[in-house]
Amino acid sequence: MIKLTNYLSHSYGKPDSHKLSAYEAAGGYRGVRKALGMSRDQVIDEMKKAHVRGRGGAGFDCGTKWSFMPKEVKKPHYLVINADEGEPGTFKDRSIMELNPHSLVEGCIIGAYAIGAHAAYIYVRDELHLSKERLWGAIHEARAKGYLGKTPFGKDYEVQVYVHTGAGAYICGEETALLNSLEGRRGEPRLKPPFPAQYGAFGNPSTVNNVETIAIAPTVFEVGGDEFSKLSALHGLNDGGARLFGVSGHVKKPGLYEAAVGLTLRDLIYDLGGGILGDRQLMAVIPGGSSCPVHLADEIVNSTDPRLEPYNGKPFLDLPLGVDTFRNAGSMLGTCCATVMSDATDPVLALHNVMRFYRHESCGQCTPCREGCGWIERILNKIVDGKGSIVELDQISEIASDITGNTICAFGDGAAQPALAFVRKFRKQLEDYVHTGGKSQTGRLTL
Amino acid sequence: MAFALNAEHERQLEDILSRYPNKMAACIPALHLCQEANENWVSEDVIAFVAKRLDLSTAHVQGVVTFYTLFNQKKPGRHQVWVCHTLSCALRGAEDLVKHCEKRLGVHVGETTKDGRITLRTAECLAACGTAPVMQVDKRYHENLTTQEVDRILDRLIAGG
Repeated sequence: MIKLTNYLSHSYGKPDSHKLSAYEAAGGYRGVRKALGMSRDQVIDEMKKAHVRGRGGAGFDCGTKWSFMPKEVKKPHYLVINADEGEPGTFKDRSIMELNPHSLVEGCIIGAYAIGAHAAYIYVRDELHLSKERLWGAIHEARAKGYLGKTPFGKDYEVQVYVHTGAGAYICGEETALLNSLEGRRGEPRLKPPFPAQYGAFGNPSTVNNVETIAIAPTVFEVGGDEFSKLSALHGLNDGGARLFGVSGHVKKPGLYEAAVGLTLRDLIYDLGGGILGDRQLMAVIPGGSSCPVHLADEIVNSTDPRLEPYNGKPFLDLPLGVDTFRNAGSMLGTCCATVMSDATDPVLALHNVMRFYRHESCGQCTPCREGCGWIERILNKIVDGKGSIVELDQISEIASDITGNTICAFGDGAAQPALAFVRKFRKQLEDYVHTGGKSQTGRLTL
Repeated sequence: MAFALNAEHERQLEDILSRYPNKMAACIPALHLCQEANENWVSEDVIAFVAKRLDLSTAHVQGVVTFYTLFNQKKPGRHQVWVCHTLSCALRGAEDLVKHCEKRLGVHVGETTKDGRITLRTAECLAACGTAPVMQVDKRYHENLTTQEVDRILDRLIAGG
């Protein structure tokens, strides 16, 4: 069921939407006033009621994450915003920062207050120059109005927001790598525990939240946590509210769509996305960034989760896009930005493209990931050239399985997952490359 | 000659330092600032300067520089062109655009034109998949590209400064 919303996207496409005047005219900075009128615990409870599942890919409940921060503030606490968007297929956070930056600034005030922090750092990947410019612009405007600073909205609770920049490393989207990078180090992930809530930025308690998660917080307080959660068709599964859905690849209308949670891949591809380019058939879709497993057009849901019983035996494309619905159906929701491949796509080249990305972006800290990603790419180089063997094809799954669970951070699993899923689902096409050099395949990624 | 920042850049560095509880955190922003002031690359002199200003060892700064893709360890062309070739862009024709750029500029990916004007690179996901294919020229994104549009962009770079 498609229920379009415009909490974040109301400003998209409008001139000067990044300015304070436009944001306030549209009702901005009202949610934060309500939040600052509550106690810290009440703010966290309200956020819990909203069931905002982390929008960065892991899907952890935002209010619960905030509640992990120490109640007593003995050392400075920090709010850190992960704006290092770079998961292939994902392009939602940039739109917020460029077109609605004040929603993020307002969310930062709420988030900082909720976790007992007085400073928030927004870690933006370096390439997003316009995002950084717009965020700084919004911060300066909010400071000039007194919304940021010593007494935001008259409340004696100082909040400062800063933009920090990376320098080109996908791994810095991993929260502990991001913290190292924020501290001026190489962006290598840290072992957990200790978790950021105990030992985060500069060794102090910290919460790392995704851009969209924080940008939607003002809406939660504006409409009320319960009300917000109930917008979602998956409210009963504690997956509340509305979010940005992206669709890219072989669709007629690629782009971002904001809607209540409950949308299906079919809605996203055929309705909002306008259907497949050239009216071709759908071959496969990656639901939420390239770390998610790929799904074939005709896949059927087969879950052992009793809550998903109504969907069992039905097409995967009709399963509502939710954190738990996807996780318990053997997939991953990720960032909710789907990459669509038509039947003109050569799946072997698609896998090769994805694995090249992970080889390039592995930080090199853990041997299974560093060596494994390179090894898989080298095997695929040979297979694509028609020089691979069946033994090597089998090795891809072995190597990927050996990466899984054997690395400090989730990057390893994120790299292994697409390899395992592609090899399982496109075995025939890969074998065709081994036996005939891919004669029956299209040899193209574009139409 | 030893590297130094001009007065305006020094003021910017002070502003950067004021944002963090310690000096080390300014390492990446300071390197960006210095890189821009040094014809877009990080020389050994730049590393020594940043290390001294932030009370870090040169080994630490060198470690940071070599970790991140966007710190140039050699001087690039006056303009830097990155063509995204990750999956969503590749599905919309990025590989053809890369080849087109190589032909048009007479260089391979990773190389700089003989006149030192343009460095061509590929990028891994620029987070603009909904408007693929995409390329970044210096600090600007160009989206929904066609070969004609790429030609117009490259022509302007070749004709301009």
